[in-house]
Amino acid sequence: MADQPLLAADDVHLSFGETRALQGASLQVYAGEIVALMGPSGSGKSSLLHCLAGILAPDAGSVRYGDRDLAQMTDSCRSALRRGEFGFVFQFGQLVPELTCAENVALPLRLAGTRRREAHRKAAVWLERLEVADVAGKRPGQVSGGQGQRVAVARALVTRPKVIFADEPTGALDSLNGELVLKLLVSAVRETGAAVVLVTHEVRVAAYGDREVVVRDGRIRERELAR
Amino acid sequence: MSVGFALLGLLENGPRHGYDLKRSYDKAFGRDRALHYGQVYTTMARLLKNGFVEVESEPGEGPERKRYAITDAGVTDVREWLARPEKPEPYLQSTLYTKVVLALMTGRDAAEVLDTQRAEHLRLMRVLTKRKTEGDFADELICDHALFHLEADLRWLELAAARLDRLATTLRP
Amino acid sequence: MSVTPRRWLFELALGARMSVAGGGAGWVRLSLIAAGVGLGVAVLLGAATVPAALGASNARIDTRVIETSHDLPAADDTLLTGHVTTTYEGTSISGELLRPEGSHPPLPPGVSRLPGPGQMVASPALARMLAEPGSGLLRERWDAEVVGVIGAEGLSGPAELFFYLGTDKLSPPGAGRIDEFGTSGAHEAVPMAVLLILAGMVVLLIPVLVFMAGAVRFGDRTRNRRLAALRLAGSDIAMTRRIAAGETLIGALLGLLVGGLLWAGGILLAHRYGTGPLSFYPADLRPVPLLAAAIVVAVPVAAVLVTLTAMRRVVAEPLGVTRMSTPTRRRFWWRLLPSALGIVLLWPLFEGGSSGVEFQIAGGMALLLIGVALLLPWLVEAVVDRLRGGSPAWELAVRRLQLDSGTAVRAVSGIAVSVAGVLAMQGLVTGIESQVTEPSTTAAVRYDAEIFPETTLPTGVWARALAATPGVREVTEGRHLSVALDPGDPVAMEQLRNTAAGLDPQAYVWTTNNDAARNALAGLRDTLLAGTTALLLLIGASMIINIAEQLRERRRALAVLAAFGTPHRTLRASILYQVTVPVALGMLLAITVGTGLAAMLQLAVSAPLRVDWLGIGTTSGIGVLVVLGTTAAGLPLLRSLTSPGNLRTE
Repeated sequence: MADQPLLAADDVHLSFGETRALQGASLQVYAGEIVALMGPSGSGKSSLLHCLAGILAPDAGSVRYGDRDLAQMTDSCRSALRRGEFGFVFQFGQLVPELTCAENVALPLRLAGTRRREAHRKAAVWLERLEVADVAGKRPGQVSGGQGQRVAVARALVTRPKVIFADEPTGALDSLNGELVLKLLVSAVRETGAAVVLVTHEVRVAAYGDREVVVRDGRIRERELAR
Repeated sequence: MSVGFALLGLLENGPRHGYDLKRSYDKAFGRDRALHYGQVYTTMARLLKNGFVEVESEPGEGPERKRYAITDAGVTDVREWLARPEKPEPYLQSTLYTKVVLALMTGRDAAEVLDTQRAEHLRLMRVLTKRKTEGDFADELICDHALFHLEADLRWLELAAARLDRLATTLRP
Repeated sequence: MSVTPRRWLFELALGARMSVAGGGAGWVRLSLIAAGVGLGVAVLLGAATVPAALGASNARIDTRVIETSHDLPAADDTLLTGHVTTTYEGTSISGELLRPEGSHPPLPPGVSRLPGPGQMVASPALARMLAEPGSGLLRERWDAEVVGVIGAEGLSGPAELFFYLGTDKLSPPGAGRIDEFGTSGAHEAVPMAVLLILAGMVVLLIPVLVFMAGAVRFGDRTRNRRLAALRLAGSDIAMTRRIAAGETLIGALLGLLVGGLLWAGGILLAHRYGTGPLSFYPADLRPVPLLAAAIVVAVPVAAVLVTLTAMRRVVAEPLGVTRMSTPTRRRFWWRLLPSALGIVLLWPLFEGGSSGVEFQIAGGMALLLIGVALLLPWLVEAVVDRLRGGSPAWELAVRRLQLDSGTAVRAVSGIAVSVAGVLAMQGLVTGIESQVTEPSTTAAVRYDAEIFPETTLPTGVWARALAATPGVREVTEGRHLSVALDPGDPVAMEQLRNTAAGLDPQAYVWTTNNDAARNALAGLRDTLLAGTTALLLLIGASMIINIAEQLRERRRALAVLAAFGTPHRTLRASILYQVTVPVALGMLLAITVGTGLAAMLQLAVSAPLRVDWLGIGTTSGIGVLVVLGTTAAGLPLLRSLTSPGNLRTE
């Protein structure tokens, strides 16, 4: 792994008013690896994820994706990047409640300009792959939490992104469903070669990753930098 | 043997008599099992022999007048022990507890101990997770058992980390 | 057993407290409810006041009515009278010529001494007008000395322009003889005017009622969530109902207060600025007590009923709102009932008559307009359910409406009802207007005025006198006199009227433009338009609240959409569609019903049928403005709701 990182945060600072969420966090994510971001609540791990994904712009420091600096890009460029190259899985409530599961999965493709029929064909493939083909026509409100999370994973993967950002993806699930979601997610990214930034406070979830990074007080612990 | 490191660590806050040492140990670590005097003196004898402590004698006679003090070599030994992760295995809690408390009492960063140990635990858990996802049903069951136990240890450690401040105020002499 | 009432009170108070517990948002909601209900109450109180006021003023007019009799011989207590109407600078003035035939003539009400020849007793408003320095032409008209003012008991209202003019020129054939003022008989109503007033009131009242029904449901979702939480926490169905009732009651009571204040303000304005038939003494402006009491009781009760109906599902199941399930389908048949009944009531119009059934027709109009409010939710649901495909923005909007169109439609139905009503009224007014103006376009294009003398004078006297009047260009004498005026002389018309009044105070001067009837119609239309504009502004504000509520409810979904890269453009477009679809459907329904209703009303006054394209264009334009305004107002909120902070909130 001596080559260039896919995604790199360098000395990132971020504040929300008085609260200092990140105080010089640096991190590299390499292509195809699963990095678990760990740390107590309020340590800044979600903020770091948001900065890495270009959802939040850091106050100071830089985030580079390949050879592009996210801070230098326009908002619409960053949006396009998130649409095309990134995928997202959150803890809950991320599916658009009005759309059916299939429409939810097809949505990122359609936003990127894919035709409706083609988008729905690809969505069906991913729903099948995540073993939730049977809920395709249902609304998120009508499916179980585990099924909903798998639909969300399918939506994150449908554009074949380079990086998947997962913020406590199993946080609202029981062990069995959590394990299933993680197993399917990991095997899918091993196949597509996507890198994963996995925010979690559970070690058993972090153990699905290739390495872990601990965030505390808005910084990455020294040990991890020396990697 | 964590008793030796614990006694050594207790001396970092200043020279003590053997009796004080036992009392401090019992208060901080001897939840269910108090230390025998004999154990204190044999352990101190071993530490003295290895050069980790030295004896200051006070005027008067008898063993009660002996005060032990930690040497530089002793301090180094404690530091190395704290920085060294324990091999992940079940029923580590007494050793891990000793380490955390000692780190706190000697003014070291207990979070460091926790992070070190978590990294070590995760190394093993990753192997187990990999074996679980690639193996058969029996592997899965066995690995899950081990994983849940290891997780329990770490969760306890994390809880301890979250309570550092409280621990610090109750344990400092 | 005082425990139960105390507990009930506690629960009502808890509800009231909870309605403002939401901090700023809670107060905004409460003040909107109060404003909405208040507006409704003010209009209702006004409607309850108008009959009383008209009654009081008519009662006074009745005491001065002149009922002449041919059988009455001249006696010591008789009086010769002649009616006079004239127009001065667009305002009409009327009066009576009086010539006593003996020493004990009857006195008109409000007058203590009969004016002698060349003397005048005027209403206070007319006396003021005559005394103004610029009113020289008006003073010249009768050239009489004002010797007194008419008291309130002899006038319809403080702004009435009325006079009694003493004369010695009246003689029996042209004049009426009386021995007393006043009548006991009821006077005829003008059907067209009654229909217009009733229709106008319906048009303004129904949207207000619809708006009130919507207003008490402001912040409905938030409240339902709160009540569902209460249910989960163990409050039983009856308790939950009482708490909800408490929440609504506080808004409704505040609304009553606001309504009362608005009404009082309206009274002051009516007293200060009311003119012609709309001028009243403050004492006249007392609402019919029974109606006022009914309003004070019915409004809070209705508000509570609306709330309780709206929260049926929440009360039934505590998880009703926390879990998004498929809503029950709306049924069509009963929503059609009011409209059907309305058409039945309007049936006499097809047979070409409206006199005697004005109230039935007003009722029919009301039902038809209520029908619009009831049909719209069904229509939107039915149409939206059939919509498919399209761009992601369209898909998001349509799916949203499929899941819950009720919230969006509620705000729109007020607009739809008022647009339908306004179109109907506009159509009616346009129809009547075309009737009124018809003669002028065909007959006397060249002439500016025609004069119909009451007393016969030798041939040529009229023509010579008129021709000598400054500003007159040409006089043609026939059965009546047609006069062309110098367009460059601004006071030519007033001078003409003066000449005519000098020769014969009773002569009727009819002008081909600036007709009083047309002015009145235009005034009515302006009033209607102003009322509707105010209503639409309020509804617009309520739509902004509505959209804000919907957006806030979906903050997490919006934040996630933004996080995974949905362009802002797409989200904006989806809001625009989400607002546009119900508004467009509402306008469509409104235009259909409004134009149909207008056609029926035009039939009723036998005016030529015509579609009021201008009205349709204007109201549609207002609809578009409401859509764009609402969407635009929602955008800053959208921006803040898509910020990543909302990824965390539940």
